[in-house]
Amino acid sequence: MSDWEVVIGLEIHAQLATKSKIFSGSATAYGAPPNTQANLVDLAYPGVLPVLNAEAVRMAVKFGLSIGAEVARRSVFARKNYFYPDLPKGYQISQYELPVVKQGKLQILVDDGAVKTVGITRAHLEEDAGKSLHEGLGAASGIDLNRAGTPLLEIVSEPDMRSAKEAVAYMKKIHTLVRYLEICDGNMQEGSFRCDANVSVRPRGREKFGTRAEIKNLNSFRFVEKAIHYEVARQIELLESGGSVLQETRLYDSDKDETRSMRSKEEANDYRYFPDPDLLPVQIDESFISAVRATLPELPDDKAARFARDFNLSAYDAGVLSASRELGAYFESVVGAMHASHGGPGMATQGLREAGTAERNELSPAHAKLAANWVMGELSSALNRDNLDIAASRVSPLQLSGLLARIVDQTISGKIAKEVFETMWSEGKPADAIIEASGLKQITDAGAIEGVIDAVIAANPKQLADYRAGKDKLFGFFVGQVMKATGGKANPAQLNELLQAKLKGK
Amino acid sequence: MLHNLSIGELGRSLTAGQISSVELTRHFLGRIERLNPALNAVITLTAEQALAEAAAADRRRAAGEQAPLLGIPLIHKDIFCTDGVRTSCGSRMLDNFIAPYDATVVTRLKTAGAVMLGKANMDEFAMGSSNETSFYGPVKNPWDLSKVPGGSSGGSAAAAAARLAVFTTGTDTGGSIRQPAALTGVTGVKPTYGRVSRFGMIAFASSLDQAGVLARSAADAAVVLQAMAGFDPQDSTSIDTPVPDYPAALDQPLAGLKIGLLREFFEGLEARNAALIHDALKIYRSLGAQTVDVSLPHLPLSVPTYYVVAPAECSSNLSRFDGVRFGYRCKQPRDLLDLYKRSRGEGFGAEVKRRIMTGTYVLSAGYFDAYYLKAQKVRRLITDDFRAAFEQADLLIGPTTPTPAFAIGAKIDDPITMYLNDIYTIGANLAGLPGLSLPCGFVDGLPMGLQLIGPHFSESKLLNAAHRFQTATDWHQRSPRGYEQ
Repeated sequence: MSDWEVVIGLEIHAQLATKSKIFSGSATAYGAPPNTQANLVDLAYPGVLPVLNAEAVRMAVKFGLSIGAEVARRSVFARKNYFYPDLPKGYQISQYELPVVKQGKLQILVDDGAVKTVGITRAHLEEDAGKSLHEGLGAASGIDLNRAGTPLLEIVSEPDMRSAKEAVAYMKKIHTLVRYLEICDGNMQEGSFRCDANVSVRPRGREKFGTRAEIKNLNSFRFVEKAIHYEVARQIELLESGGSVLQETRLYDSDKDETRSMRSKEEANDYRYFPDPDLLPVQIDESFISAVRATLPELPDDKAARFARDFNLSAYDAGVLSASRELGAYFESVVGAMHASHGGPGMATQGLREAGTAERNELSPAHAKLAANWVMGELSSALNRDNLDIAASRVSPLQLSGLLARIVDQTISGKIAKEVFETMWSEGKPADAIIEASGLKQITDAGAIEGVIDAVIAANPKQLADYRAGKDKLFGFFVGQVMKATGGKANPAQLNELLQAKLKGK
Repeated sequence: MLHNLSIGELGRSLTAGQISSVELTRHFLGRIERLNPALNAVITLTAEQALAEAAAADRRRAAGEQAPLLGIPLIHKDIFCTDGVRTSCGSRMLDNFIAPYDATVVTRLKTAGAVMLGKANMDEFAMGSSNETSFYGPVKNPWDLSKVPGGSSGGSAAAAAARLAVFTTGTDTGGSIRQPAALTGVTGVKPTYGRVSRFGMIAFASSLDQAGVLARSAADAAVVLQAMAGFDPQDSTSIDTPVPDYPAALDQPLAGLKIGLLREFFEGLEARNAALIHDALKIYRSLGAQTVDVSLPHLPLSVPTYYVVAPAECSSNLSRFDGVRFGYRCKQPRDLLDLYKRSRGEGFGAEVKRRIMTGTYVLSAGYFDAYYLKAQKVRRLITDDFRAAFEQADLLIGPTTPTPAFAIGAKIDDPITMYLNDIYTIGANLAGLPGLSLPCGFVDGLPMGLQLIGPHFSESKLLNAAHRFQTATDWHQRSPRGYEQ
């Protein structure tokens, strides 16, 4: 179906990591018993009034600055009016005409490794609704208002994405960003980070957008991808069979892997937006903005660029290692520790680097590459296997650097190192102790290796004769025999050299 | 008689030990029991709680405390949430609603030591100008039981006029303190928008609502406002500016004060009513004030502007009354929609429904610009008119209402005529200005009110001007017949 072009825009809802709600003092912690984190304001009791949580504004501004957006000096909260039991006031307070963040952009890596810029139309503050509960209550429905009034930042993209993959790449990038900024915990299972996808298709080459469908409440990257795939296929099939796409809201059913119509445009509510007279316009001045700017961490793109430049990593590796602040910090700690213990002549020796500092690292790129491979390889798979966050890693950066140091100084081979790592992971001991205790130390004593070689040659006269007659391939046989005899501990380079000499009868 | 004494006089008697707050409270509870059945001004009596509060006030006074409101009985308009006490807002919707917290106004007066006797009747959700829209029935005007007391703070006004409490609280969205104060011959103050906290005051139109006081004199009102006013972090629209000492400013001379005569307020005003205002002006001139003519050209647009803005806000504010969490719920709802429709249909009265529908309409897609936005623009023009007027005058003066109290039932079926009753009061709400109504004479045996409007945060000046008038006149001391004893 290459003659159709897919057009996607995302509305991402990031729950802001404030301690209290956006307009009340109730706690926002997840998982409390129903209605234990809902006070009179959240319950919309007669007479109560909202008071804006300044922290939520600070976080929204932080986000705006991180995407190079305009921070509105004046933004306004409006009321979005509709009746629903999980919406106690009968209106949601949300920024409508005047959002706090306008016109930003974000870069994503697309399939062919190229960089694509996605426009962000706006990001606005609003309150979340409560939840309706239908299970275990017989014929009745229950309402849990713990979530009501939780601050959300709704991040609205331009319709700039052209495939499900791009949409996921964009969503992941925002996910990384909000966690970098520490404004959202990014927990998708708990609904802290979710999105609505606006999807349409158009004949390639046509400028006018097709009619879009909005798929609501996607709470995993996989669902975003699958829902878009399904929806694109549905729309193309519809159009190719002579039908037309309806502007409507659809729901993705992950069990059936399909989207279903929720309500059409005709059924859509008239929300009767108007400025909330209980709240003053939010006025943000230059000093507020510079104070927030001063709290910005090194951003993911900057960190990736620095990794690529200073450690000579590929764009891909640098991207993976900067995907979270914690992972980046771990990697830098490993490199820093290696640097400290192996700073040779001409290298500045220094202690552990502060995570996130932008100082130039003068470590040899080969060592950084080794650290990168181990962090992305053995360490990541061990974390995945045990379903652990980097913060809960059973092997600390210092311990990992201790292991890598033994590879660098040829005490052990890379292959043995993997065994040592597994032991470190399960037993929590330092690399050196394990190498010592299990005699895994590489044999680099030429005399010892020569002794083994002599024994192997003596035991295999026929193979020796054949080799000398020109069967070069038998070299590998001898290597294997020596390795077998040394339990794999012979230094491979040395073994090669010594074996060649011996076989040639020197 | 105790019920004719001012707050200052009562304070001195209490301090001197001539009376106790418990005695004073019993006195007023007795009056309510005797006089309220004919008036229907008080809809909830909290006698037990009042006597306990009075006893506590007596103990505080015995311990040497001398706060001016310590042990002084009051009645709250039933729009203010009162912890553990029914807060109905005059509606069937909240007939079963026991508020779980105190409004800031209630807390402040409680802290000042005032004793709550009960809750006053009012137009349903403060929507009305005659107190006839209350679920609890109309309030009667103590000057003539066949007449309305005005609204929406009709119960508060009638209670203050009939001396059922030393003072009462009210709220004013389009004149709801000043108009009933005028029609019942008491002094009513609507402060600057943001001067008194709205927290715990059930919202009608958030950008216009303001709490205030109804009392028998400006001097008493000054003492009460002193306790009510001030910044409240729980109300984002309350303003953090110092509260001046209102009682201290009461006696300032008026020499040099420039009083602006609002030309638009006299157009079409009946001659006898206009004469009372002109008599009042003579008194002000005799007190050293000058009068200048001023004009508010956009003022005639204030009623239509108000009846777009206020219903728009109310349509949204009243959405929370949905039968789900508190208040009235219809019997045997079939489903969610039925629950909403019947709970609201049965819980709200006709006037409230009219305004919710009007407000829903003016905010609807396609009508928003033509109504709501246009009204906001006119509101700005009216505000600008006032600003220009205050460049010529320190205070503005005019009648509070076009006519004295009208007969119960006379206007209830004609909303437009009823709405026009607020023509002189609505402007101050749209511009957020403080306004005060004080008695200035009688027409056909019914009291008329003189209205003063000042710039933002000029309460001190308004109270001063009203107090000086009241030291030169005795209209405010007149008591309706049958309520003197």
